[in-house]
Amino acid sequence: MAEMMAEEKKIEYWRWPEAKWVNPKIDWKKGKIVTAGVDVGSVSTQAVIMVDGELYAFSNTRTGSDSPESAWKGVNMALEGSDMTVDNFDYCIGTGYGRVNVPMAQRAITEIACHARGANYMYGPEVRTVMDMGGQDCKAIHCDEKGMVLKFMMNDKCAAGTGRGMEVFADLIGVPVWEIGSRSFQLEKKPPTISSTCVVFAKTEVIGLLEEGEPENEIMAAYCTAMAHRIMELLNRVGVEEKFVITGGIAKNEGVVKRLEEDLGFTTMDRVWYRKEMRDAGIPFDTQIAGGIGAALFGRALIERGKAKSARKA
Amino acid sequence: MIVAGIDIGGKNVHAVIMKDGTMLAKGAMPAGIKKAESAEQVYSEVIKKAGLKREDVERVVATGSAGDRAAFAQGVIADASADARGTHKLIPTARTIIDVGGEEGRAIKISAEGKVLDFAVNEKCAAGTGTFVDTMARALEIPVEEMAKLSLESTHAVAMNAQCAVFGESEVVSLIHAKTPKMDIARAVHDAIAGRIGSVARIVGLEDDITMIGGVANNVGFVESLKKDLAKDVKVPQDPDYVGALGAALAASAGVTAEKVEAKVVEKERYEEGKA
Amino acid sequence: MIASYGFNDGSGHWYIFIDTDKCDGCGKCVEVCPGKILEVGEDEYDPFREESVAKVKTEERKKTRYDCAPCKPGYGEQPAPCVAACEPGAISFSDGWKLLYGAR
Repeated sequence: MAEMMAEEKKIEYWRWPEAKWVNPKIDWKKGKIVTAGVDVGSVSTQAVIMVDGELYAFSNTRTGSDSPESAWKGVNMALEGSDMTVDNFDYCIGTGYGRVNVPMAQRAITEIACHARGANYMYGPEVRTVMDMGGQDCKAIHCDEKGMVLKFMMNDKCAAGTGRGMEVFADLIGVPVWEIGSRSFQLEKKPPTISSTCVVFAKTEVIGLLEEGEPENEIMAAYCTAMAHRIMELLNRVGVEEKFVITGGIAKNEGVVKRLEEDLGFTTMDRVWYRKEMRDAGIPFDTQIAGGIGAALFGRALIERGKAKSARKA
Repeated sequence: MIVAGIDIGGKNVHAVIMKDGTMLAKGAMPAGIKKAESAEQVYSEVIKKAGLKREDVERVVATGSAGDRAAFAQGVIADASADARGTHKLIPTARTIIDVGGEEGRAIKISAEGKVLDFAVNEKCAAGTGTFVDTMARALEIPVEEMAKLSLESTHAVAMNAQCAVFGESEVVSLIHAKTPKMDIARAVHDAIAGRIGSVARIVGLEDDITMIGGVANNVGFVESLKKDLAKDVKVPQDPDYVGALGAALAASAGVTAEKVEAKVVEKERYEEGKA
Repeated sequence: MIASYGFNDGSGHWYIFIDTDKCDGCGKCVEVCPGKILEVGEDEYDPFREESVAKVKTEERKKTRYDCAPCKPGYGEQPAPCVAACEPGAISFSDGWKLLYGAR
């Protein structure tokens, strides 16, 4: 029974809404270069289509059982309601965990390069640090005003500081993962500290705290603080600079984000389009599409610089 | 002279009582959350087992990561020091000691006299410790002892990619779903951790005889994987998990109540990150 | 760009840094690496770059701590072979190994 409930909880956690959007104001047939970026992550897949560097369409879906299928699902969803087909793509780039298995792509580029470039487009040229916290890894990227990577650090070896570490904690303490952030601020006393970085050893510490009668909310506060410190470690290594953006699932956990901002001494950037006309046009802002945008932009730049040939069939 | 040694580790507490170089009694229990209380309990039990009273024990020396919690001990010695003393007594030809316990793994190089020459530690990450083995056995839903034996029957080497106990658990689960035989998974687990421990041992150098101690030394499957990784024979003394406590007791009989060891650090060149 | 290959966990930071602005892709580090964890190839992080760069093989990136330990990077009497072989001085290491060995 307990196992079943844990299973349900996990499914709930990932039941975020899929999204899609097509820009009605762009007549793609008048555009010169059509590029696509397909970001196949371990959890979600995004397809972004750009016409001459302007956002034309995107989709954000759950990753299915295999990467090629997920890539097709994403692209088809993005193209729904448009008369464009994949044959109209000049260039398509795959990125993310499944980047080498994107059937319609001519090239694969790591998500680190794509995230930096995408964040530059979305948040503007003043973005210097991008922190992406995924389900199974975390990445700190330091970039320049063009969105080119200056230094990066990625950790996909250890579960501490990833969404997975938070899930393990949520299962252990028996609290839904989405409640942890807000509950971590409802405190009656000073929270304890969790000194272990390793998730397995931290689990032992948490069990000890529970046995000692420490209240749940205080333990959640302790865990969120530990996770924020952990992210700080990585950020300090790449040299964190304003302006700073945080993406990925953990960005939704205010318990971690607020504590991280306290450590940093500044806040993360507002989640709005950098360009006013995009804000005014009401284009939905989705932090998850940064990688896809970056990939699509790279496609255009490669063609314009003569480093890639158009693969357009129609 | 009657002495006692107590080893308070991250996972377990071990204690031994010795009289003139001979062991009178030994005992162990999980350290739990309240390590001081567990230490007290184990100590009282071994004294009782040896048929002694507390005042009969002339000197008590503690060791282990929580060695300082033993209120009844006269002193604390470093783990590496206790390991060296204990191992040297049991296997005098030992030159390289590999100690893998619940929450730490370490390699120690010792002289012919049993003195610590160098050591390296793997700590604060479960991937290189007995905890990794325990976690994977749980994922396989078999006791550690069974996993140890099963891995010896393995016919196919399966690679384990995860380098983290949490990710490793999911990998084991997906291997089970892929219908990989349990014996091959067991071996993959042991091979993975042996690779990590082996590289820690290579830091201090592999000099014969290589001796393995600590709780994980009881795991025959792991010892086999370690032998393969090192391409060397590995000796395991009887009761390898008591070696630390034994070493502490030997220190007590030698009148040593404090001993720290330092790794051989040579820092002629410094390579700070970002600038070579 | 400073490319960081490796990981951090409870035991410390285990990164190899390759300064791709300095690296000329000569491949001498690849030849001398006893663990055979380095290779020269396409710059994965700068899609516009055409020259090859040195990098850590994908499958070794989660194992740097163990792969590099025998060379004692950052604390040994001799610099690690890859560092010594790199003429432009593009390779450096984080302090995990040094702390592992010297912190007590």
